[in-house]
Amino acid sequence: MSGEPVTGAPGTAGEPMGDGGPAEGRGRGITRRRFLVFSAAGVGLLFGAGYLSRSTWRRYIAAAVNTAELPYSGPTEPGLWFEVLPDDSIVLHSAKVEMGQGTFTGLAQIAADELEVDIGRIRVVHAATASGNVDPFATGGSTSISGLWDSLREMAATLREMIRIEGARQLGVDPGEVAMADAVLTAGGRSLRWGEIVSAAGEWEVPDAPEPKALGEYRYVRRPVPRVDLEEKVFGAPIFGMDAELPGMLHAAIARPDRIGARLVSVNADAARGMPGVVQVVEEGELVAVVAESFTQAERARDALRVEWAADRSWQTEEIRAMVRVGEGTPFSIQREGDPEDVLGGGGVIEAEYESPIGAHAQIEPAVALADVRAESATVILSTQVVELTRKEVARVLGMKKEQVDIRPTFLGGGFGRRLHTPIAMDAARLSRTVGRPVKVTHSRKAEFQRDTFRPPTHHLLRARLTDAGGIEAIEHHVSSGDVMHGSPLVPAPAAALIGHDFGAWRGGMIQYRAIPHHEAVSWRVKLPFATSWWRSLGLLANTFAIESFIDELSIAGGVDPVELRLAHIADDEAGRRLRAVIEAAASRAEWTNEVRDGIAMGFAASTDANTPCAQVAEVSVEGDQIRVHKVTCVIDPGIAVNPDQVRAQCEGSVVMGLSAALFEEMTVRDGVLGPTIYGPYRMATMRDAPREIDVDILENAEAPGAVGEPPLGPIGAAIGNAVARLTGIRLRSMPLQAALQRAMA
Amino acid sequence: MIVSFSLNGEARTVDVPGDTPLLWVVRDDLGLKGTKFGCGLAACGSCTLHVDGEAVRSCSLPVQAAEGREVTTIEGLGDPENPHPVQRAWIELIVPQCGYCQPGFMMAAAALLAETPNPTDDDIDATITNICRCATHARVRKAIHRAAELAAEVAAGARTAEGRRNGDTSSEDGAGGDR
Repeated sequence: MSGEPVTGAPGTAGEPMGDGGPAEGRGRGITRRRFLVFSAAGVGLLFGAGYLSRSTWRRYIAAAVNTAELPYSGPTEPGLWFEVLPDDSIVLHSAKVEMGQGTFTGLAQIAADELEVDIGRIRVVHAATASGNVDPFATGGSTSISGLWDSLREMAATLREMIRIEGARQLGVDPGEVAMADAVLTAGGRSLRWGEIVSAAGEWEVPDAPEPKALGEYRYVRRPVPRVDLEEKVFGAPIFGMDAELPGMLHAAIARPDRIGARLVSVNADAARGMPGVVQVVEEGELVAVVAESFTQAERARDALRVEWAADRSWQTEEIRAMVRVGEGTPFSIQREGDPEDVLGGGGVIEAEYESPIGAHAQIEPAVALADVRAESATVILSTQVVELTRKEVARVLGMKKEQVDIRPTFLGGGFGRRLHTPIAMDAARLSRTVGRPVKVTHSRKAEFQRDTFRPPTHHLLRARLTDAGGIEAIEHHVSSGDVMHGSPLVPAPAAALIGHDFGAWRGGMIQYRAIPHHEAVSWRVKLPFATSWWRSLGLLANTFAIESFIDELSIAGGVDPVELRLAHIADDEAGRRLRAVIEAAASRAEWTNEVRDGIAMGFAASTDANTPCAQVAEVSVEGDQIRVHKVTCVIDPGIAVNPDQVRAQCEGSVVMGLSAALFEEMTVRDGVLGPTIYGPYRMATMRDAPREIDVDILENAEAPGAVGEPPLGPIGAAIGNAVARLTGIRLRSMPLQAALQRAMA
Repeated sequence: MIVSFSLNGEARTVDVPGDTPLLWVVRDDLGLKGTKFGCGLAACGSCTLHVDGEAVRSCSLPVQAAEGREVTTIEGLGDPENPHPVQRAWIELIVPQCGYCQPGFMMAAAALLAETPNPTDDDIDATITNICRCATHARVRKAIHRAAELAAEVAAGARTAEGRRNGDTSSEDGAGGDR
């Protein structure tokens, strides 16, 4: 069991210290080698470190010790804490959150292997900010395991050796004489449990960090270990933000305008105030909400508010599309080799335009936060990918110091980038302060669709010239996109201005076939009237759809097999060799063919994202005007696969999420109103749409774990479109593909 | 109004407005959080539970409609000591990712298997219409087929045990011995 139920008392499991715990009593920081260690009777050993890099996290710890600041309150908080409890169990406090991507399981595997204990002893929990365990960044970008790989191994190995040294001292033997197995230390016929050692320890000697083990020595890493949160998730444990409760808590429903850019004009709350269960109607600036005894009462009274909103203008989908055009806005060259302008200046150029629509996150747990604001402190329990940002925002809105605010992250009912900004925490905090009781705010599904920070719509212009033999002499990709990075509170405006180009928008937009003599990629930035931001894999899905569909067009134009065409233009360097390997493996595994067999055609596509190459083959039929994907072969090279089963799970999930977005999903704007606002009309893949077979193969052609959670979202849209082109001769150049095919066949 | 029904085998009585959705009564008045809120309009299936054995989307069922009936939630489907075949299959195939929608999927799958013990892929496609954003569909399908096998084994075991009991009345622990 790894998860902490969030229902019940504020003190979460694994939070060992009361106020001032380690400062008083016997606990103290031992600084012999600049680590921070506490030993407190009845609590066990706390051992933590930041994880930026070897040297940096040592500086963190050194600074904390030198200024005598407690890890629970100081500004130099470490990112990981181990806690060894008297019952020999080990709690790993993770500043990274678990949103389904399997990070907790990977962390437990790595820790168990370096600690040399059974994985069942380790419980991974979400660290509350009051524990001092703060991630200054976010959980996202497919970086959790890859970013923690070195520091977690080093820290766990150090802790193991500290316990060995201390246990040997307690037994009066040399550390070299003791054996350790699964949290028991033995020497000369005597044994001590880790719980006994830590309970009896005074000062700790901290050795230099041992070298991490060789991969071959690991029992758990690179094995398909079951998820550590499986039991909670199969038996319905209350582990999500939505499940949080505090004594005396009330529920709030917030009034929101339907129209983009609308401002509040007036509120008539007469009818709502008298409704059953209503405690208070709150009007604070633009925040209009009903606080009531139950969720249903709050929602119904909110619906009875008569709120007038005004918007300056009324937007339509067509106007948004017209804004998102290559040539409008600000261009940034993001990749350039050779002289593409010159080569593409004359005649004989092949050119195509592609488009993708506005996409919703549509995760099933809506935005929700439970806040308890007191005179001098505030607590917010919620699903969030940005713990530290949320803490700062809540502190700001309450006029408190950040140290007065405790954010308690829970398991997420889906992340996908939706929770890289969670301002609902501020709403909950303001409402709790106003009514003087804990308040839980839940988005309705309609609000969730309308107030989303969407995947931005895109427009792509691709141009290329072929050689006489059908090879690619020059190619350029221009992408116009709404913002991803710009406008995100995660990237402060000055930093965004300095960076200039929007790395989120052009992610996946570079030409990965770098042996093409002349190639260029250009990103055009456009500001839209509604929020667009991080959506799992950012620009990768749309950019790969455009580029890899266009490569397929070029293969047909030049009469070259599309797999051969790709392989012919791969650079001879490490990234190129890894890309080549996944392309060859996918073609071989799927028994790639250009022939249509039994009404089923194959489509091929590949992408490189965050240094992880991935190739996919989609096997597709078209029945009437309906696209059906029967099988997808997916070959990925994430480097070391810490948990091969969870790498597979991420591939399976990315394939179907990407298929859903590519085939069906589209948000539209009618008279200033974003819609649809419910599943169904916002069509997503269900069981009948998911391929009956997803065949995943994992290559490990790198020295360390790399990105997994997003890269396999890249190829699927183009793979499907390329198969449809083979079947029907119709080239689908806009997502959603199902609607595009119906238009083309009508 | 006063509404009484059976929740996971226990008689429960609540005093709430009769048109309150059963979902919120189960979650907030009776404290079982396993049944999830996703959309409030019966469109996603996260709130699926059983009423008299049938899969029902409880966000859209007024609590008064449950009067006198048997309500089963994910907490009542099985527990770690005595998991339902669907839950055993879900664990064996490591189905959940974020896990939020999974109780709804498992309740829908359990109802499908009760009606159709050996469902085809087409049966699954037609019956399981829940939404999962992590897109666990591939494993959900495998797990439903696996749960069908496990349920058949349990049924066969029970028949064997019953046969033994009928043949030898002195043995009272036959069923337990098969576990």
